[in-house]
Amino acid sequence: MATYATTDHHEDHDHKPSGFFERWFMSTNHKDIGTLYLVFSLIMFFIGGAMALVIRAELFQPGLQLVEPDFFNSMTTVHALVMIFGAVMPAFVGLANWMIPMMVGAPDMALPRMNNWSFWIMPFAFALLLSTLFMEGGAPAGGWTLYPPLSIQGGNNVAFVIFAVHMMGISSIMGAINIIATILNMRAPGMDLLKMPVFVWTWLITAFLLIAVMPVLAGAVTMLLTDKFFGTSFFSAAGGGDPVMFQHIFWFFGHPEVYIMILPAFGIVSEIIPTFSRKPLFGYQAMVYATASIAFLSFIVWAHHMFTVGMPLGGQLFFMYATMLIAVPTGVKVFNWVATMWRGSMTFETPMLFAVGFVILFTIGGFSGLMLAIVPADFQYHDTYFVVAHFHYVLVTGAIFSIMAAVYYWLPKWTGRMYNETLGKWHFWLSTITVNILFFPQHFLGLAGMPRRIPDYNPAFADFNVISSVGGFAFGITQLLFAWIVIDCCLRKRGAKATSGVWESAKGLEWTLASPAPYHSFTTPPKIDDRMLAHGDVSH
Amino acid sequence: MNASGRHRVLLKRMLLTCAASFVFCFSLIPIYTIYCEITGINGKTGTLSPVAAGATTIDYSRTVKVEFDAAVKSGLDWEFRPKVASVDVHPGDVIEVMFEAINREPELIVGQAVPSVAPNRASLYFSKTECFCFTEQPLEAGESKDMPVRFVIDPAIPANVSTVTLSYVFYRNEHATQRLAQSAAAIDNRVL
Repeated sequence: MATYATTDHHEDHDHKPSGFFERWFMSTNHKDIGTLYLVFSLIMFFIGGAMALVIRAELFQPGLQLVEPDFFNSMTTVHALVMIFGAVMPAFVGLANWMIPMMVGAPDMALPRMNNWSFWIMPFAFALLLSTLFMEGGAPAGGWTLYPPLSIQGGNNVAFVIFAVHMMGISSIMGAINIIATILNMRAPGMDLLKMPVFVWTWLITAFLLIAVMPVLAGAVTMLLTDKFFGTSFFSAAGGGDPVMFQHIFWFFGHPEVYIMILPAFGIVSEIIPTFSRKPLFGYQAMVYATASIAFLSFIVWAHHMFTVGMPLGGQLFFMYATMLIAVPTGVKVFNWVATMWRGSMTFETPMLFAVGFVILFTIGGFSGLMLAIVPADFQYHDTYFVVAHFHYVLVTGAIFSIMAAVYYWLPKWTGRMYNETLGKWHFWLSTITVNILFFPQHFLGLAGMPRRIPDYNPAFADFNVISSVGGFAFGITQLLFAWIVIDCCLRKRGAKATSGVWESAKGLEWTLASPAPYHSFTTPPKIDDRMLAHGDVSH
Repeated sequence: MNASGRHRVLLKRMLLTCAASFVFCFSLIPIYTIYCEITGINGKTGTLSPVAAGATTIDYSRTVKVEFDAAVKSGLDWEFRPKVASVDVHPGDVIEVMFEAINREPELIVGQAVPSVAPNRASLYFSKTECFCFTEQPLEAGESKDMPVRFVIDPAIPANVSTVTLSYVFYRNEHATQRLAQSAAAIDNRVL
């Protein structure tokens, strides 16, 4: 099949900027910026991971051994901020940068300069955030949710973390605008909205969520800033404000944020499972509508994060039922993935292993989420390790597993070389086993009453904490293997040369390009052949 | 329209959406207050003027027990208690009870009491016509102060409510305390 780039004889075809500085710092190329995002995300993943290991080391035994309680609290707080805003979100934006123009048949992102800007804000934001670790008074230690009055009782770190959040928000918003503009304006002729790959769909919806809620977070932290430094009383009871209101505003952002971190994962898995099942995606349109339903519902369930603040019974019932309602579109997705695999001629290369692992383990996280949605049960689970276990199942074995699946899936397309499949399989199995050793016992700890964010605990919890810590270190070390596999593939280039299709039955426009993908994707719009789309013949 | 024109239109719309979302965040503050007032949650009670409260017909056939609860936020060395633990009232009757606060801190403190009413379904029928929580309460070091609350219970209060609890928490109002300390210092300087 013709690969459009190789038949392209433009004067400036595939000419990369010459100098290192021009190439990486001034780049407006979607692939380079995508790479920057992914590398940044990987670095943040290890920084945040190191913080998690400090937490698990301290919790290895009851009592206080290694770190001061305040530093422990800083670790839980900064670990969360780094992982959410530094690892998961930039990884998805990086994947969007790399893949969306190729998937919709566009030459580049719609607003390339803004793309450069939105990436280069990130290192500065995280320099601000991480610099608080070395400040007098330490890093923020009131939890990533920044609840006042605790969060504004710190020193100057409050201002640093707030400005860091502002910058991350600006970066995310610009990234989201870019993605929306690319998807809505730059699709190749014939790439109708309902022919787009599911990954593109999930990112379109995610981008709208980002634009709707990131400014709300920015507003909330701005109010914290003025409460702390300019004498306002938005959240101070003494001045006529209400700290509970912060929780409402925060979670009005925070719940859609949860889906910002999982909808692109749904998209990735919806790309990978059809490829390795050698079947079109089951229920393509249902997938799209389910994604949109989840996004809509995410705006009306925020108070389930704060059932224990003392809200009226009617409110509790509303938020409980609305939350449970989300299980319906999510169930549609899970069953569609299973139906896609059903009687497919499946093979289990590393991306597929991670995708199947995602479906199973994310569903476990979904079930514990349903348990947390039940108001009377939530009063017991609230702020315990059960909650910690729940959101790590959806974020680590959900979002992170999907990102790893995506990296293995598209790495040959990016680099033109296959990664080491044996090591990839080792990485998957070690990760899956250790992540369950790490997080599964935390369900039991939470049900037994172990609270979150406390460096010490009742000796009765000791055994499960030992298991969890051992799993934590094993999982952390396993991720070095991931870094090695990626470096090996990208820099050492020892693997076999990848064909343009890479996988036996991968479908979609990105597989019509050569591997490695040419510097400029579709300089002439491709012809869309419906049979070449991952979801098969879409008939309307 | 060419590509960059379409991008520009879209960019404008998206930025407008962001701005609207940012404004919406701040509008949540009044929306929250209004919502609490309408539903009577979060310590918001009925709003009856003193005149209207006096004109309410008293329902002598019913008695509702009103309990009082007082607490001080940690970090504030005040004593704060109701003079009576509870009173039995007829709906429609205007009742006055006293709370006492003593400042044990070595300096002038401005306190702010934050009220709460339980059960929730009673709060809209519970109206305060006078309360120390309506204003800031400055107390000199060691000063003790009797503070009145005047309230009336609407005779329309649901029949299954037999007990209402009125609870207060005193907070230290940092900004008002500082402001008062500064103006006191300014006056001292002028005298000298």
